[in-house]
Amino acid sequence: MDNRGYSITHLRQLEAESIFVMREVLAEFERPVMLYSVGKDSSVMVHLARKAFHPGKIPFPLLHVDTGYKFSEMYKFRDKFVKSIGADLIVYKHEQSGKVNPFDYGTQKCCAILKTQALLEAIKAGKYDAAFGGARREEEKSRAKERIFSFRDEFGQWDPRNQRPELWNLYNARVNKGESIRVFPLSNWTELDVWLYIHVEKIPVVPMYFAKEQDMVVRDEQLIPLDGPVPLKKGEKPERVMCRFRTLGCYPCTGAVHSVAKTVPEIIEEMMTVRISERSTRVIDHDVEGSMETKKKEGYF
Amino acid sequence: MSIEKFIEENERKELLRFSTAGSIDDGKSTLIGRLLHDSKNVYEDQLLAVKKVSKEKTSVEKIDFALLTDGLKAEREQGITIDVAYRYFSTPRRKFIIADTPGHEQYTRNMATGASTANLSIVLIDARNGILKQTRRHAFITSLLGVPHLVVAVNKMDVMGYSEEVFNRIKQDFTGFAGKLRIPDIRFIPMSALVGDNVVERSERMPWYKGESLLEILENVYIASDHNFIDMRFPVQYVLRPDMSFRGYCGQVASGMIRKGDEIMVLPSRKVSRVKSIVTFDGEVDCAFPPMSVTITLENEIDISRGDMLVHLHNVPIVDRHFEAMVVWMNEAGLDLNKSYFIKHTTKLTRLRIDELRYKVDVDSLKRMESGLLGLNEIGRIVFTATTPLFYDSYDKNRATGGFILIDPISNNTVAAGMIIDREPVDKLPSRITGNEPADAPMTRRDSRVLPDERLKRWNQRPATVWLTGLVGAGKTDIAYALEKRLFDLGAVCVVLDGENIRLGVNKGLDFSSAGMAEHLRRVAEIARLTNGAGLIVVCAFVSPEASLRKQVAEIIGKDRFVEVYVEASAEWCEKRDKSGLYAKAKSGDLKNLAGVNASYDAPKNPDIVLPIEKISCDEAVTVILNMLRDKGVFPCRSY
Repeated sequence: MDNRGYSITHLRQLEAESIFVMREVLAEFERPVMLYSVGKDSSVMVHLARKAFHPGKIPFPLLHVDTGYKFSEMYKFRDKFVKSIGADLIVYKHEQSGKVNPFDYGTQKCCAILKTQALLEAIKAGKYDAAFGGARREEEKSRAKERIFSFRDEFGQWDPRNQRPELWNLYNARVNKGESIRVFPLSNWTELDVWLYIHVEKIPVVPMYFAKEQDMVVRDEQLIPLDGPVPLKKGEKPERVMCRFRTLGCYPCTGAVHSVAKTVPEIIEEMMTVRISERSTRVIDHDVEGSMETKKKEGYF
Repeated sequence: MSIEKFIEENERKELLRFSTAGSIDDGKSTLIGRLLHDSKNVYEDQLLAVKKVSKEKTSVEKIDFALLTDGLKAEREQGITIDVAYRYFSTPRRKFIIADTPGHEQYTRNMATGASTANLSIVLIDARNGILKQTRRHAFITSLLGVPHLVVAVNKMDVMGYSEEVFNRIKQDFTGFAGKLRIPDIRFIPMSALVGDNVVERSERMPWYKGESLLEILENVYIASDHNFIDMRFPVQYVLRPDMSFRGYCGQVASGMIRKGDEIMVLPSRKVSRVKSIVTFDGEVDCAFPPMSVTITLENEIDISRGDMLVHLHNVPIVDRHFEAMVVWMNEAGLDLNKSYFIKHTTKLTRLRIDELRYKVDVDSLKRMESGLLGLNEIGRIVFTATTPLFYDSYDKNRATGGFILIDPISNNTVAAGMIIDREPVDKLPSRITGNEPADAPMTRRDSRVLPDERLKRWNQRPATVWLTGLVGAGKTDIAYALEKRLFDLGAVCVVLDGENIRLGVNKGLDFSSAGMAEHLRRVAEIARLTNGAGLIVVCAFVSPEASLRKQVAEIIGKDRFVEVYVEASAEWCEKRDKSGLYAKAKSGDLKNLAGVNASYDAPKNPDIVLPIEKISCDEAVTVILNMLRDKGVFPCRSY
């Protein structure tokens, strides 16, 4: 990625902006933490954090809010990746983890407890005043209006109608005790940017993003993996399917897509031809119209 | 095309940020939806979901593009856009970030937010209505926020029968208005976002239009020169010290170029060093320019912290506490002239006071309005003084070092955005004294255990401050010391404060700008107040040319203790007596701001005494003052 004259490519501009945001947070907050969800966006965010503070190490801990329902490959990848870059990892599980599950409680309730509540508790317990998240504005309609420095009140709630104006690169980091800021350094990245960057920078990602033949249950046009004990409905039986994951969440709620893309360039190629937006494979976003907005107000990322 | 080639091309794309603004029903959301859709970036399932919702709402099987863009539930219900929303699409040449902002008047702040980072701004005009109030508002904000390129999209041409005459009339109206603004590049496009004319493809229905389609402009407009590559400014963001062997200064190059080996100066310390290396994760680089984020190491160890700035020796920004700016007010709680707001400017956070709201701009007529108030979505010209010096350029010259935000110290809200202007030299700006300079820590005054009456008995005098004002060379200081001697001989206890003894000590380092003079007098007034508090008489000799500042001095000291004495003399008389050489300097242009020569002197309107010093001697003047002090019961004290 060479620079033409004195301009830099869009990826380098996005990179420079994300690095600026991270340094701003470290300079202005006392206890920042980086939410790490093991997915590709987290991989890119952590990579950018390494760049921002080079030659030093990442100067804040990574926090994984673990529902306990992640894919086993994700846990394996997480431990290896974090160790390889020498970062500090904190894993937080809600006390109800292992009891609450999407099969008996429904996806909404399960998510509300194991993700949203657990996250709020983890932030409170760690007394963190700033938490980085890898969310991107392009992902979902309500995220399009999210600030890069997004204010949360003492209950972790987002008030979309009362957001602080954000001009130039002048971020307002002032909060009272108990309040916090969610920071989204990847706000202006698209899914294509993320994959291009992973390709260019050779950033490791969970192998589940790459296609292979695996056992799947086909339910409501979604491919549900059998990574853990997913109760089968009547008449359902696993099939061998060539597929991959576009996003990684909890195994009971994350669908795979039919795909033969086995490398990053193949994924990029597939993305430009198969146009299905990425979060559509997340069951929870489709519960009710505007469900992401509702969850975000309550404190979800 | 092979995938490798595709990836290679996509890696090399440029980034263009643009903002859109339009009134209700101008079809702004439709235009954006159209751009996203026609550049084949609307994912199929999003489209399906939207089709489902549109059907429920309008029962028409037509894609409502606006539903793609109006993100928040509340907006969809009300059918309006209430916040800035960011959208993304790309073509093989460029990646685009759209700041989609609402059009109506009450959302001026959102428009300003969207425009702050934009390379280009699209203003939509409904061809049926022509130029409206809001069109003017959008154009003004585009100009105010320094967006270099403006595209005027005359929309809904399909409804007007694709009439060239309609288009030309709107173009002419707009050009007439925009002449008053400062936008270097304005283009006009006749368009129908609904049908798709001239959005992505040039329309065959308007053969009279020979220009490019909107997307062609977005792809081709030359933006490489929009950055300032001349004035090197590197605001230090973070000092990186991972171990004892490495000390680097992290930051994003705000403007100009910084090279390895460059001699640089650090502001505010003005210490000089050389760039040892420019460090990045991917290795060292020889040169950094905007908007690169890098880490700079220097050849010698200098004390540098966040908020400092590295610059080239021969190209230094203005370093001053005092500045003037155009300000867009963004909060329901209006401007409070007596509040000490936080200012965030580059990487510096400090506090400031407001000296003066000079005027408000009526955005619709561009006329100036006198006003003491600035409310939500209003724009005004304000003079500020920060508690520590800022390193700034005018916003015209440098968006990165000319823009700032104001933060309310109580609510923590971002309440305003400002663009610094330098049309008037800093030392000519009005200033004022305020009792609301922010304290570093919360403090209260303790009551003394000595009562005022006890002090009266001890000294046989009432505390007062005799304030001698007049031109340089009028003899104020001579009178002050003669008065001190006579008072002392009579048994009174008093202290003299004059320009020399104060500026050589307490006020060392304060300059002669209007902000410097205001601060100088504020400190003098505070010293006088404390000294009076101890029961002593204070004699002050200061030019203090501005009536408004003397009034504020009187307020600090207390009006009942403040005795104003006007040492009256003409400038010519003073010049003849002058031993300081200041008059000669002022006349040769080496000195600005000398009252009576190149700055005004406001003679007191109702002084306690006037001393016609051209006609009476110094001793006579002292006698007049002593008589007055006796009449006022200051000394000897009338009774206790």
